[in-house]
Amino acid sequence: MEIIIGGILLGGTYALIAMGLQLQYGVARIMNLANGEILVAGSFAALWLFAGAQLSPVLSLIIVVPIAFVGNWLIYQYFLLPLVKRSKNQGQLEVDSILSTFGISFIFVGVMHAIFGGEYFNYEYLEIPFQVFEEPFALNRIVAFLGAAIAAACLYFWLNQTRSGLKLRAVSVNPDAANLVAINVNRASAMAFALGGAVTAGGGALISMFVTFDASIGVLFTMKALIIVILGGVKEIRGSIVAAFVLGLAETAVASLIDPGLTLASAFLLFILILLFRPQGLFGRQTS
Amino acid sequence: MTGAEVRNFAVAIVLFALAALIPLTGSGYWLSIGVSIATYMVLSTSWALFSGPTHYISLATGAFYGIGMYVVGLGIEILPYPVLLLIAAVLGAALAALVGLATLRLSGVYFVIFTLGLAELIRQLVNWGQTTQGSSSGLYVLTDISEPMIYWQLLGLGAIVYLLGWWINRSRLGFALRIIGNDEVVAVHSGINTASAKIILFVVSGTVATVTGALLAPRLSYIESSIAFSPMLSFLVVIMALLGGAHRLWGPIIGVVPFMLVWDLVTAKFPNQTTLVLGICFLLIVYAIPHGLAGLVEKYRARARGAF
Amino acid sequence: MFRRTILSTAAAGLVAAALAFQPAQAADTIKIGASAPKTGPLAGGAATTQWPNVRLWVHDVNSRGGLKLKDGQKKIELIEYDDRTTPGEAIKNIQRLATQDKVDFILAPFGTGFTIATAPIFNKLGYPQLAVSAITDKIPALTKRYDNIFFMLGSTTTFTNSVVDILKKMKDDGKIGKRVAMVNVADAFGIELANAARPVFKKAGFEIVYDKSYPLGSQDLSPVIKGAKASNPDAFVAWSYPPDTFALTAQAKINDLNVKAFYTAVATAYPAFKGKFKADAEGILGAGGIDPDTPALKEYFKRHKEVTGKDADYWASAVTYASFQILEQAIEAVGTLDRKAVTEYIKKNEFKTVIGPVKYDNQNSARYWTVGQWQGNKFYGVSSRGRPGAKAIIEKPAWNK
Repeated sequence: MEIIIGGILLGGTYALIAMGLQLQYGVARIMNLANGEILVAGSFAALWLFAGAQLSPVLSLIIVVPIAFVGNWLIYQYFLLPLVKRSKNQGQLEVDSILSTFGISFIFVGVMHAIFGGEYFNYEYLEIPFQVFEEPFALNRIVAFLGAAIAAACLYFWLNQTRSGLKLRAVSVNPDAANLVAINVNRASAMAFALGGAVTAGGGALISMFVTFDASIGVLFTMKALIIVILGGVKEIRGSIVAAFVLGLAETAVASLIDPGLTLASAFLLFILILLFRPQGLFGRQTS
Repeated sequence: MTGAEVRNFAVAIVLFALAALIPLTGSGYWLSIGVSIATYMVLSTSWALFSGPTHYISLATGAFYGIGMYVVGLGIEILPYPVLLLIAAVLGAALAALVGLATLRLSGVYFVIFTLGLAELIRQLVNWGQTTQGSSSGLYVLTDISEPMIYWQLLGLGAIVYLLGWWINRSRLGFALRIIGNDEVVAVHSGINTASAKIILFVVSGTVATVTGALLAPRLSYIESSIAFSPMLSFLVVIMALLGGAHRLWGPIIGVVPFMLVWDLVTAKFPNQTTLVLGICFLLIVYAIPHGLAGLVEKYRARARGAF
Repeated sequence: MFRRTILSTAAAGLVAAALAFQPAQAADTIKIGASAPKTGPLAGGAATTQWPNVRLWVHDVNSRGGLKLKDGQKKIELIEYDDRTTPGEAIKNIQRLATQDKVDFILAPFGTGFTIATAPIFNKLGYPQLAVSAITDKIPALTKRYDNIFFMLGSTTTFTNSVVDILKKMKDDGKIGKRVAMVNVADAFGIELANAARPVFKKAGFEIVYDKSYPLGSQDLSPVIKGAKASNPDAFVAWSYPPDTFALTAQAKINDLNVKAFYTAVATAYPAFKGKFKADAEGILGAGGIDPDTPALKEYFKRHKEVTGKDADYWASAVTYASFQILEQAIEAVGTLDRKAVTEYIKKNEFKTVIGPVKYDNQNSARYWTVGQWQGNKFYGVSSRGRPGAKAIIEKPAWNK
């Protein structure tokens, strides 16, 4: 029981890290290596609002998410759209987006370092035990989990039940065909990229309640997010969410039952095994 | 051999000979830049041997490199150094063959992330093994191998990589690989064993990366897993190779040299904003040079020819 | 095409502008070089311990007119580089400082790995290397190899032994039982410490009831703490790095792991630790410690805050500053920029520093603090080699609810 709850809470954290990248990569086709930096930027924003204005990290979402949305939209329009336009095929775009977002991630690290300095940061908020089935868990992790659940539900509903969501899914399945049925692919991609960035930064704000971070830690989150997104099968947000929870449960189970030293190893082993037997990911469809 | 090939060989030998003279100038600073350049030249070129024709982007360089370092770190007190290099090469080749066999079914982005996951998996297992089985001494590599020696060894390895690359390009294997890169389905239908071709190349590139790690271990003296298995290394290798152009044997090197020089310049001139300025330079490169430096060179060469 | 040419030209222009820009050089200054991480995994530690002290020291020396040499007083001109937590970069930076910038002295880099990786160059170029943030069992081998390297924080063995000694004392006084839960971060330093501690604990009559590692960069350490708690320990020891020191302590609090002796290694001495855990930090043991109530250190802490805007940590900060003071005093005593003479002077003399007198014995200063404890608002040294003023150890109270 303790393992299941712990695993689900950790899965919530992973979902916050990965959902944004799924939108950016699955729909907008940008393998965003600056994803972790955007997350850390969200953490810094939450910290700054908390320390400066005593604003709760949960409330700070009201400020962080819209700013991140606009910021990521601008990044897409000015930095990534030219690459999309000039690339002739998906492979070329992948190479270009890896190179340019790698550069953007450096810029993010540099700017955060210039503003906040290089130290470790953390703060204490809602770090009190909360009993779930008579086992104590940190309240801030539960809040973050709820945030992840709400974000996941909203995204899922929006993508599957609304017209604008449908457009995004169409672009995700086949951008050329989507173009033929009068969907503005570039607009839909910009939307997906901006939304993805907003979710990531919001996730960063929530995660900042219980992690210790510094300006250069983003790459760790990027790697985790990449693995979850691939595990889930790239094309569907549902896949990433499920993959996040599978990973959370697996890591917690291994840490509790076998050896905490093997948690990450088990996560990667799971990942490699799944890829070997389902090369298209948990929810991906066979393409060729 | 054609006339052009003889000329290319001559140019390559002259360049290598000039590069080999750097330690004799006595400037430790240029030597340290030389070691960085030689390291990434070897890694990027061997990476491109596999990834250039097949278009598979591998992020496993760090895994192989780290294994090489650990072989030397663990064995330096027990075995002579050349034996360790050999062990590293064999281990790297074996692992690469294993990975190659396992990942044949994957394509595109799944392969990218698979290799990234693999690097982390190996790092975690090595750490765990060291905690549960290890001695209390830590991994120290205190030898008398000096910086010029490391540099010459790297250059030697680089020469081997180039010869190998040249040989592969003219062999049936290279031809097969180019077809796979263009269209794998066509390759299969024309009777090419795509699997073994890809594995052979992956083994070559993995072995070279492992030996590079082993060669550099004495330079670091103290082996830490976070540094030996750095994911940043894997990314940088890819980025320099792509910057130069992975479709030509000589592509990566013309990416590595300016990249390292600009990198060094930025470090020196913007000590507080190194990362920020590097990021900006990076973006400039991506937008200004879309097909890598090799693409740029070829374009100007084609134009120069057109003018006659 | 045209646009592309403009871009390339702009890029070339940027590079050219950077090349043309050279810092103004005055002949009556002393050039001091510094290379340490500003970005990368070790940046957080360097930003707490290393860089503020570099700044403070340069500020202190220059505000009293500079270093007094035979040919007059000279101010310090600081040249600093970011090694981005990459050893190759660190080696290159030291080379650049010595051969391109032609600095007169170089401050030692940050971290054990970087100290050892750059030692051969410091040696070859003949610069004294006053290492601080380096803890290794190879001190005798390294000092024998390199006649210009100096150590100040002791070896891995003393580091672990003093923790065990402290716990043994508590056990002998009947304050804690013999059950120890030990965890470590699975990275070089953590592994080394855990492997060194295991036999020593057993020899001291302890029973290690939980002994696990966790990977560097784990997002969730609650299974580790839950496992440790289930083993019902009397003492908890974690050979941890900065991010996990915070995470383990937070989880111990959530899961109500109440032991009388609770030890986390690196970063327990950071002011941020107290900032996060406030009253709950009381009684927590950690690596380092000093005697912050000596007049010299009180004054140092105050100046550190005034000049850098940050609080100094209670371990390596003051020692780092002290290493700069040693360099400063040696240069002034020699009166010239003769590096060989300065190195010899450092080997043979005793120095008055903020942490008290320092004298190197075979290039190793044998007086240092090993274990500290949060008592009230300060982190006091409770165990030392050769430093007076160790506070009596207290039992850790239960977590505040």
